[in-house]
Amino acid sequence: MNHLNDDDLVLHYYGEMPAAEESRAESHLGGCRECQANYARLQRVMAYVDSAPAFEAPAGFERTAWARLEPALDRPGGWLSWFVFSPARLAFAAGVVALIGGAFLAGRLLPRTLPTAPAAQSAEKIRERILLVDLGEHLDRSQMVLVELTSADEDRGPVDISIERSRAEQLVAANRLYRQTAAATGDAAIASLLDDLERVLVDVAAGPATVSQEDLGSMRRRIESKELLFKVRVVSSQVRARQKAAVQERTSPSTLGS
Amino acid sequence: MPHTDADAVALARGGDSEAFRALVERHSRAVYRLAHRMTGSPHDAEDVVQETFLKAYRQLGRFESRANFGTWLHRIAVNCSIDLIRGRRHQEAGHDASDLETLDTVDDSRVDPSPERLMLSTEVKEQVTRAMDGLTPMERAAFVLRHFEGQSIEEISRALGLKANAAKHSIFRAVRKMRLALEPFVEGSEG
Repeated sequence: MNHLNDDDLVLHYYGEMPAAEESRAESHLGGCRECQANYARLQRVMAYVDSAPAFEAPAGFERTAWARLEPALDRPGGWLSWFVFSPARLAFAAGVVALIGGAFLAGRLLPRTLPTAPAAQSAEKIRERILLVDLGEHLDRSQMVLVELTSADEDRGPVDISIERSRAEQLVAANRLYRQTAAATGDAAIASLLDDLERVLVDVAAGPATVSQEDLGSMRRRIESKELLFKVRVVSSQVRARQKAAVQERTSPSTLGS
Repeated sequence: MPHTDADAVALARGGDSEAFRALVERHSRAVYRLAHRMTGSPHDAEDVVQETFLKAYRQLGRFESRANFGTWLHRIAVNCSIDLIRGRRHQEAGHDASDLETLDTVDDSRVDPSPERLMLSTEVKEQVTRAMDGLTPMERAAFVLRHFEGQSIEEISRALGLKANAAKHSIFRAVRKMRLALEPFVEGSEG
């Protein structure tokens, strides 16, 4: 039998060779020092791979996993249940992110008129307005949590953040969907902003209802170091401006007449 | 907290979210470990954990109580990882340096060895991580399923939606790349 090539050795190693070939390979390996040496090198590499410790989830992962998951599980009538995944909903979220993403990156908003037929144009504008309202609401709610955390009372011992925690819990699932969509549509800036936001929301949601001044200070520094509040405000105000423009456009005589 | 997974599943089916929480607490680390291997990214691993438990929650009614919940969940996690990898199939590239930095800083709280052993295992982990990051997402998935999950080439081809030959060649390429990246360290450590 000819020497066993590297691929033959891989099949032999994993026991994936057809029975007839396997016995021939066994008998060849028994007598061929060159193939034995090559097989030993393969085995050593595989043993080395096995010896590497697996990546473990960070401390407290179970709590954060639950904090992310819980809002998406059992709210059949609530607004969050809307965010349970489906292609249509993902497409909706993609629309939201695509809509505002370009604006955030380029510092400008989408063109107000599109070269489409009037009926399609009108439907698109309605959809656009709905998308904007939805994202605007999410950002406003998030902003509110961040503002409350950064302006909570100091020097008075432990601080009760149960209200902020409950709000953060409600925002995590929606934020996650927007973040994933931004990443999937290649909008790195929005994805990064939503990622920073989500990490804060998850930590708050998974954390205790009462925090020490020290923990609150560290949370605040984290929010400030990322300029998170500022960035959320920028995007939020862009969304509001676009909403306003969309309303004005809808009510102006030229738009109505077009 | 329910004592067994079977108890927790039964309660969760009846709408007891605390019972489902117990399942998340028991199994999320294992799902993360698998997802991290499959995707090579802590961020993606977190998303896979989320998707896995969401799917499990929605499909609890289909879970046969005689089966092992961990095994069932494991299968869902593999599928979720594959879905994520498939979604990014067009990218077909290794992770960049920033991913490596993130991976290197992930806390490994499982091991409790001596300082020398810790240093050695950290080095091995870094080298293996870099080698695996050199694989395409498909090669990585095929290799993980074959090497760590013990799936046959036929099973892998079905899971990844590839022809058997393509799955086999993904594994060959992966092993070739792993050997190329790691043999210098292995030979070095052999003296």
